[in-house]
Amino acid sequence: MNNGWEVFLWLIFPYICLTVFVLGHIWRYRYDKFGWTSRSSQMYESSILRWANPMFHFGILAVFLGHVMGLGIPKTWTDAVGISDGAYHFMAISVGAVAGVFTIVGFIGLLYRRRFTKAVMGATTVMDKIMYLVLGIVIVGGLVNTASGVVGHYNYREGVSVWFRSIFYFNPQPELMVGAPLSFQFHAIAAIALFALWPFTRLVHVFTAPVGYLFRPYVLYRSRDAHEGSRAHRRGWDKVDTIPRRPK
Amino acid sequence: MRVMSQMAMVMNLDKCIGCHTCSVTCKQVWTNRSGAEHVWFNNVETRPGQGYPRTYEDQEKWKGGWTLTKRGRLKLKAGGRLKNLMTIFAAPNMPGIKDYYEPWTYDYDNLTTAPAQKHMPVARPKSLLTGQDTKITWSSNWDDDLAGSTQNTHNDPILKQVGDKIKFEYEQTFMFYLPRICEHCLNPSCVSSCPTGAIYKREEDGIVLVDQDRCRGWRQCVGGCPYKKMYFNHKTGKVEKCTFCYPRIEIGQPTICSETCVGRLRYLGLMLYDADKVLEAASTTDEHGLYEAQRNVFLDPRDPEVIREARLAGIPDDWVEAAQRSPIWALINEFKVALPLHPEYRTMPMVWYIPPLSPVVDAVGETGEDPEHQGNLFAAIDKLRIPIEYLAGLFTAGDTVPVDRVLRKLAAMRSYMRDINMGREPDESIAASVGMTGQQVQDMYRLLAIAKYEERYVIPAAHYEDAHKLENIATECSLDVEGGPGMGGMGGMDDSFGSDPGGGGPDVPGRPEGVRINLLNWNGQGTPTGLFPGTPPATGGTP
Repeated sequence: MNNGWEVFLWLIFPYICLTVFVLGHIWRYRYDKFGWTSRSSQMYESSILRWANPMFHFGILAVFLGHVMGLGIPKTWTDAVGISDGAYHFMAISVGAVAGVFTIVGFIGLLYRRRFTKAVMGATTVMDKIMYLVLGIVIVGGLVNTASGVVGHYNYREGVSVWFRSIFYFNPQPELMVGAPLSFQFHAIAAIALFALWPFTRLVHVFTAPVGYLFRPYVLYRSRDAHEGSRAHRRGWDKVDTIPRRPK
Repeated sequence: MRVMSQMAMVMNLDKCIGCHTCSVTCKQVWTNRSGAEHVWFNNVETRPGQGYPRTYEDQEKWKGGWTLTKRGRLKLKAGGRLKNLMTIFAAPNMPGIKDYYEPWTYDYDNLTTAPAQKHMPVARPKSLLTGQDTKITWSSNWDDDLAGSTQNTHNDPILKQVGDKIKFEYEQTFMFYLPRICEHCLNPSCVSSCPTGAIYKREEDGIVLVDQDRCRGWRQCVGGCPYKKMYFNHKTGKVEKCTFCYPRIEIGQPTICSETCVGRLRYLGLMLYDADKVLEAASTTDEHGLYEAQRNVFLDPRDPEVIREARLAGIPDDWVEAAQRSPIWALINEFKVALPLHPEYRTMPMVWYIPPLSPVVDAVGETGEDPEHQGNLFAAIDKLRIPIEYLAGLFTAGDTVPVDRVLRKLAAMRSYMRDINMGREPDESIAASVGMTGQQVQDMYRLLAIAKYEERYVIPAAHYEDAHKLENIATECSLDVEGGPGMGGMGGMDDSFGSDPGGGGPDVPGRPEGVRINLLNWNGQGTPTGLFPGTPPATGGTP
């Protein structure tokens, strides 16, 4: 550990962002359930969205699974079951490239319709724009890394991955990132920044992915809320007493 | 048997004059917000017509409601659970804003800020989505009263089923209005297609609601509802729907659309039903059997066994008593004149309709024959197949027999009651020809023609205890003053309604009778007689 900058980038910054990520979600869920939505713009425009949106989402889901594999599973484990480095990298790069291309083509399609469909552009907030920028940087950076895997020699599973896991063990090893190629460093920093942004953007919808739908009965019954009309005012809800009260 | 209670509505289409008051008051109460411009919890469609949103009844296109699998099991027409989740990123059957209409406003500002010029400044239409100039090409009632019918009406999905038999020449045109709200179905496909589980049916009264805090805007319910009564709010990113005015229903008041209905054609009341039989009824193989199947799901609120089971299910006694007085029960199961809207969607809808006899009456009247004579009307019902097939397409999945039977009952009622009104002996054979007694015909007449407020709306208050004492604000007409244009007062309404719920209260000093003050003639000096209540009047006696 020699350079203060490096400590900040690979130790302090990740912890700050992860804290913001966790606390931000808790805060948002408690105080802004009404705003917790994907804010679909399908009503305005659906011809591009119809292909671009599934492409992006399925692509990024595959990318996510790839990251679980690459960052989450130690090399020793895959070695133990007898997967050679070559086989692993061939799989990671080929699947990663396909998923990455899907993601970025879908992303470009979505960006195009957002920018050039007036109604969609009108419904875009400043936070959306910041989020798109950072997300775009992360995706492009990831694709560059995948491509560099073909020609480069850096084995991220002995560097970036170990550093990533070390954060969660609370035994951080920032020196591992110092030695990583610039493109990997760049991708990691952008991704960490995205995590800090996450709870304040529409990305929160990820955490309410409705997998429970597969297991619930079709028709749901719920009893009338006993406290209707007497609960505290929440965002998105008009107050009931719109008729001005006369002073007594 | 699992007894559940359901708030339900019946609309008597013969009385609908298409004034859209229900739509307007509903919108003012619930959806006059940005993002909800296209949201009409209540809308009134001219039929034949495309409806709102356009051609929503074409389920081959929109894939709403349920369908039967080859093995006879009920399945969402849009596909199973996995397909639902797989299509979540681009809801496949969701209407675009253009299927409703692009909301707009006018550039009113220009009227006052435009510089002096040769021509009158105009307020251009501006799109509320883009803020730019727009051309208004469609809206919720673009084809009202068959407007533009030669260009539009051939798109009516029900008309396509009937075939090419209807020509839109004016002299042959038949037309009626269809007011629509959410059906608050017993087997709701919106609830079933919601991935999150944000939509639910209330245990107490069966009202279907969207939990706005849980809705994540996946929009599968919009496609899932065959009546297209789930509306995506494009500002909040959440879905909204007709609430059956539950805050009013809970304190025993009718929905806004019913309260303000000029034709007094809406009826509200409870229905008890057997929740265990819903699925089986909705899975009836023959579409024509769905109407009868749904009727059999309802439970007779006077049956002692039903009353006992209702008590076990926790339904309060005053609710059971209200179910016994329910006009809905009478219209659906006693007189059997109300029919469900599109039972073939298999959602078991709970807003039913009495089909209109007026197209038939009008047709007879135009021939110069007596349109209230039973023989003429029955002959016309036999002969006028097109309106009847069309009505069957709406209410009985195309089966003309129940529609025929209902129209005959309505025709018989007209003829029977005419004799009474003319001071003649009533002809019991008329009643007998539709399988009713004279007394039954008179009871049905009373319910359909002159039922008072408290007979049309039998709504037991929710058990909030004392909630019904809440003052009902602003339900009275502000023009309803002595000598004012609304002087007619509460009409057929129960006198106790809208009056001071506390009962009594101090007498307010009134203006002396016969004294009117014209402030325009007042020179500002002195006090005109009777300007203030309670001052001793110069003329006239004490009130």
